[in-house]
Amino acid sequence: MEMVVEVSKQAQGHENGVVYPSDNIMLDLHDLKKVYPTPKGDYVVLEHLNLQILKEEFVTIIGHSGCGKTTMLSMIAGLNPISDGRISVLGNPIKGPGPDRGVIFQAPSLMPWMTALQNVKLGVNQVFPHASKSQRKDIAMYYLDKVGLEGAFHKKANELSQGMQQRVGIARAFAIKPKVLLLDEPFGMLDSLTRGELQDILIEIWNKEKITAVMITHDVDEAIFLADRVVMMTSGPRAKIGDVLSIDFERPRTRKSVLEHDDYYKYRKHLIDFLEH
Amino acid sequence: MKQSVTVVQDEKGNFGTMVKDFVIKLIPAMPKWNGKTLVRKVLIPLASIILFVGLWHVGAKALYNIEADYKIQKALTDQGQEAADQMAACIASGDVSCQPNTLPSPAQVWTSFNTLIADHKAISADKAEFKAKTAALNAKREAEGKAPIVYTGRPSFVDQIFTSLKTVFAGFLLALIIAVPVGVIIGLSTTLRNSFNWLIQIFKPVSPVVWLLLVFMIVKTMTKDSESDSAFIISFISVGLCAMWATLVNTAMGVATVDKDYINVAKVLKLGPIQKVFKVILPSSLPLIFTGLRITLSVAWMVLIAIELLAQSPGLGSFVWEEFQNGANDSNSKIIVAMFVIGIIGFLLDRIMLTVQNMVSFNKNATA
Repeated sequence: MEMVVEVSKQAQGHENGVVYPSDNIMLDLHDLKKVYPTPKGDYVVLEHLNLQILKEEFVTIIGHSGCGKTTMLSMIAGLNPISDGRISVLGNPIKGPGPDRGVIFQAPSLMPWMTALQNVKLGVNQVFPHASKSQRKDIAMYYLDKVGLEGAFHKKANELSQGMQQRVGIARAFAIKPKVLLLDEPFGMLDSLTRGELQDILIEIWNKEKITAVMITHDVDEAIFLADRVVMMTSGPRAKIGDVLSIDFERPRTRKSVLEHDDYYKYRKHLIDFLEH
Repeated sequence: MKQSVTVVQDEKGNFGTMVKDFVIKLIPAMPKWNGKTLVRKVLIPLASIILFVGLWHVGAKALYNIEADYKIQKALTDQGQEAADQMAACIASGDVSCQPNTLPSPAQVWTSFNTLIADHKAISADKAEFKAKTAALNAKREAEGKAPIVYTGRPSFVDQIFTSLKTVFAGFLLALIIAVPVGVIIGLSTTLRNSFNWLIQIFKPVSPVVWLLLVFMIVKTMTKDSESDSAFIISFISVGLCAMWATLVNTAMGVATVDKDYINVAKVLKLGPIQKVFKVILPSSLPLIFTGLRITLSVAWMVLIAIELLAQSPGLGSFVWEEFQNGANDSNSKIIVAMFVIGIIGFLLDRIMLTVQNMVSFNKNATA
């Protein structure tokens, strides 16, 4: 089995002349700009940001703190207004937030007064209003099962540990069958063991569902393990895409096979060089 | 890689066990018994009570002596040595007619408490007797479509307590019905909040007495032709209006400060406005709403006494005021009995609200 590894600096969408066939593009950020007005004048967080994400692609975004990664993600989610430019999903410009773009937040953001099942059902009920009650329950239970919470359906969210809460967050996001999954450093608050577990769970479900995913992370190893492409953002202000690295490991991947792969350290070095630059 | 998860199914108990659970929660958890907790939880509180009663006794004794000396001195200067001796003898004999009128001692208060209970028993017996006597007559009157004959005797102290409780609950319910919905609506909109803020800030510090007068002006006109109990209506509305502000402010704040993450989840899921309010905003502001309601109930109980006193509506307030104006020998000690009863009931109401608050709040950190 031979793998063709190519460290590509070209795959930056139209900015660098690479054009994907448009019917293969799920998410298109075009000349995106974000400006926060301050008393001292406008503060430009993002400018001329172009990024195209393909169907069934898993993209991780890495960059220094405060460079505007989260701003970009919440703009894609529709939670933060766009100052200029365009974000479109399957060619349609987004209008505000919606369940076609599921979000897994940094904090689990579960409703603490609801059980795990109720939390997942809150979304499922909203997205599948025509399904029967038991069908909706089955969907919610299926995903909770997938994240390994088969015994904790009826536990209140605030009785679950951070890691288990974030599992519910993953189940909730997948259960609404979004077109795009947005993950805002979802494992940032977890200890490294739990983080590893959750990465495995995430990638296991993702392998099955193949939902286009955009994930912000601070963790270089996480970025490589999960992604088809790692997008590196320049430091703000006026942040944009600095570099893009294709990760050409075969899927499904295991942590072991990734770590033992010859190219792993090459990728890692590439990312760290960028970040330390 | 799978983490083991313990299965805890929520068991839906019946109403009986729910009530039992509630009562158990009201009582603070029993500490493990050892020497230290015995000293801390039993002996020291007991000592503090004994110290309190002792100081009270000594103070009352001193006040009694000052008053007695003054009486004897007065008799001496007004009427001479003989009258003074008579007065001293009279005071020493414990005769009701010449006792100094001052702070009653703990023993006197205890006696008055027993008197009040005995009085209550007598009145209850009287009532039961009256009821038995008039039962046949009332049945006949009812058949004829006439109003039954009711007991119109003097209410006992215990009756007064229940009247006060009824008034305070009516006022509390009124506060709840007004303040929670208004608070939610105001909390949802910054514009509304800003435009109503002046009103809340102006009315919040208004004294109970003024509220009573305002309510009196309105209710007097509105109940002119009706037979309704306007004293009760006036007092419970005044109580409600005085007490509702804490709930209003807390509800508005709770709704306005819902965790942004929850709001974002609601936005991503595109919940409709009604679902957003009932599934996200209200549950997440429940702890603050209940904090408000707890303050409201204790304020309601506090202002109730003053309002009953002024509105001449029956209850503990008018009991206290009547006893004060009555000036009988044991009036002062009855007032002190009422003071303790008011305090203890206030404490119990607060305990109940705290328990309810802890049951509804999801962060489980509300404290006494």
